[in-house]
Amino acid sequence: MGTDVLVIGGGNAALCAALMAAEAGASVLLLEAAPRELRGGNSAHTRNLRCMHDAPQDVLVDAYPEEEYWQDLLKVTGGRTSEPLARLVIRASSTCRGWMQRHGVRFQPPLSGALHVARTNAFFMGGGKALVNAYFRSAERLGVRIRYQAPVQRIELQDGRFVAAWVGDERITAKACVLAAGGFESNREWLREAWGRNERGEWPADNFLIRGTRFNQGTLLRHLIEEHRADAIGDPTQAHMVAIDARAPLYDGGICTRIDCVSLSVVVNREARRFYDEGEDFWPKRYAIWGRLVAQQPGQTAWSVIDAKAVGRFMPPVFPGVVAHSLPELARRLGLDETAFMQTLNDYNRACRRDHAGHFDHTVLDDCRTEGLAPVKSHWARPIDTAPFYGYALRPGVTFTYLGLRTDETAAVRFGGQPSANLFVAGEMMAGNVLGQGYTAGVGMSIGTAFGRIAGTRAAAAAAAARGREVQHALA
Amino acid sequence: MRSLDPLIEEARALADGQPVSSPSAHSAEGEVARVLQICNACRYCEGFCAVFPAMTRRLEFHRADVHYLANLCHNCGACLHACQYAPPHEFQVNVPRAMAEVRGRTYAEYAWPAPLGRLYQRNGLTLSVALAAALALFLILAVALRGSLAGTPAGSFYDIFPHHLLVGLFAPVFGFAALALAMGLRRFWRDVTPVTSGQPVSAPASAEAAGHVLTLTYLDGGHGEGCHNEDDAWTLARRRLHHLTFYGFLLCFAATGVGTLAHYLLGWAAPYPLASLPKLLGVAGGVSLLIGTTGLGWLNLRRHPLHGAPAQRPMDRGFIALLFLTSASGLALWLAAGSAALPLWLCLHLGCVMALFATLPYGKFAHGIYRTAALLRHAVEKRQPNPVGLGAD
Repeated sequence: MGTDVLVIGGGNAALCAALMAAEAGASVLLLEAAPRELRGGNSAHTRNLRCMHDAPQDVLVDAYPEEEYWQDLLKVTGGRTSEPLARLVIRASSTCRGWMQRHGVRFQPPLSGALHVARTNAFFMGGGKALVNAYFRSAERLGVRIRYQAPVQRIELQDGRFVAAWVGDERITAKACVLAAGGFESNREWLREAWGRNERGEWPADNFLIRGTRFNQGTLLRHLIEEHRADAIGDPTQAHMVAIDARAPLYDGGICTRIDCVSLSVVVNREARRFYDEGEDFWPKRYAIWGRLVAQQPGQTAWSVIDAKAVGRFMPPVFPGVVAHSLPELARRLGLDETAFMQTLNDYNRACRRDHAGHFDHTVLDDCRTEGLAPVKSHWARPIDTAPFYGYALRPGVTFTYLGLRTDETAAVRFGGQPSANLFVAGEMMAGNVLGQGYTAGVGMSIGTAFGRIAGTRAAAAAAAARGREVQHALA
Repeated sequence: MRSLDPLIEEARALADGQPVSSPSAHSAEGEVARVLQICNACRYCEGFCAVFPAMTRRLEFHRADVHYLANLCHNCGACLHACQYAPPHEFQVNVPRAMAEVRGRTYAEYAWPAPLGRLYQRNGLTLSVALAAALALFLILAVALRGSLAGTPAGSFYDIFPHHLLVGLFAPVFGFAALALAMGLRRFWRDVTPVTSGQPVSAPASAEAAGHVLTLTYLDGGHGEGCHNEDDAWTLARRRLHHLTFYGFLLCFAATGVGTLAHYLLGWAAPYPLASLPKLLGVAGGVSLLIGTTGLGWLNLRRHPLHGAPAQRPMDRGFIALLFLTSASGLALWLAAGSAALPLWLCLHLGCVMALFATLPYGKFAHGIYRTAALLRHAVEKRQPNPVGLGAD
């Protein structure tokens, strides 16, 4: 079985690559590890694309110029990014939407619960699964052959060139290949190994929940790095990690398991002590730091505690909170030491300045802060004093990992610094080139779309060149 | 791994002062409350239709909220195909199905007189019995009045069935159907008004709701390219065929109305010539209804298995079939003018019309009434400030 371009993966980046390669005239085979109904990888859980734009554009308001986007990315990554590749992604994000729409993706204005990103992010109507559905339909129309439940275990290379991929006992050859099979976040063993054992003797990763697909086992990533010595980038403990409801399913909990009340709450650990400034900034901006914060706490668990005053001011949680009519009762119901919990809450409540309470406004940075408390709560600090009280247990939720294959603006996989002529990488398998740490909403899809399209184009060109060589060879 | 259901129940049991109107987790209403709690934490579907913006105005879903939202749902399937939590995900979110199941129950629950609400549960049987009974009635009447169904073609329908007899048979049935539907609507309206702001209807809200009803806005997928039928592709077929059915029905209804006026005001008796207004309306309506119901029936048979409530399919198909038979027999009647088959076609047509009228308040027709009411309440509610203030996020 042979094809011009083999695409390994079934998420956004893979589909973008398949569509571009097919549009360039290549015959394309796409191998998706998941069954049809679970296709699309983590892309099925996404919602939007961060887009640069110099003026208002259809669903995007105001302007979000390149420099601002770059500064935002620089800030969240703490400099762990490649500027040329980041700028390439940023620029591509301003022009890709017309192409996306031609392949059936529909955008909508951001509605409730996401207004803070009306300027920076373009929302897919219906979310990422609708996008994935549209891309698969478009790919089928373009003649892309799609195989589900086809996980690739290994590939064959010859002098840095892709030759074939193996699905079980089946060998699939192609003239060029795009790797877009995601990270390794669903591989519990690998996560355990990466995070190791902490000073408390715990294996923190055992308590992580995976927000996305169960199919991102990192099989090919590990195979490429360890057996083919492909150039790697990134730190295996770096990932998009948020604090989610501890009752979330092990896989595929997606967006709805987030706990949105952190900035209005007091967050305590198993010792019933606070450990970070809950009101540091708006929740969307601090969203991606809480997973790591909770991962560092004993038992990798924390509890977000609110009172009745906060209800209705944050996105409704998917699971109901533990409810109590007094704080000691809440401590008992949450299984926390009552004395320590009450001391933390009393200290906090005393540190909330009464004269600030009138300034409370959860829609702005209100400077309603604690005084004489460590750690401080810098905004929205109101006493937790009005029954009923609610508590939500938090666990680290891994969205996707950043360890990946090093690449360049051609999306080529590199071996010993040399780019492969016909093996390309896109999406989560290379996102770490741009995202060394941190996250800002919609960047993952921007990277996947930009590099997926580049990889598809390059793969089609590499396949055409190989066809040319075959013709020359036949004529000679 | 724990599923959502027991967790919700568990937490509800923990919570004191639980509102008495909270639907039980095992009822159809409880299932809607369960899925909407997931939807409310996700909200990716907000652009599809009115259900989701209406949902975001609520943090809890009590019985009346669920009844209102279920009737606001157009069963377009968009949120099912776009859902990251749809089966086989363990959350098993299927909004269109959960809504359809509640919707079916609301028809029965708000029906008037209440005992007749049970007719919804065996709607296929109800329809068949009504149809058979009405056909038998007219066939027997024809034989009794004329001695035979065949023979010399009659010049006028009223040679077969005297006009006063038809009026005497149809007026009470139609009057009862209108009354029963109005009473059901009144009950529904009283239930959902308090949970949809309680504000009275305004002219702009009415105009907006009327626009949505007449154009079937929420079968456009939010992007104008239609809804789903057998798969995740969009199609405008359902919206267009529904339009043909709905407007065909209205044209037929108008034909009857104009005919009635012509009879009483102008002394002009049926059958009318082709160039007359009642005939033009009737033929156009009949053809439109015939195409519309044929198409809707075809789409219904090909519908994605996860769409809607399986228990409701006989009701949908029965109603589509009855509308089809009514229009087909009406058109056949027109074509049979002057032939010996006229009396038989007349009996068949009148039987279909009688069955249609008699079952209007206890069949799929009711969805139009309740959906219109829900759209109107939505148009009113959305003009009020949102009681849930999420702030920055």
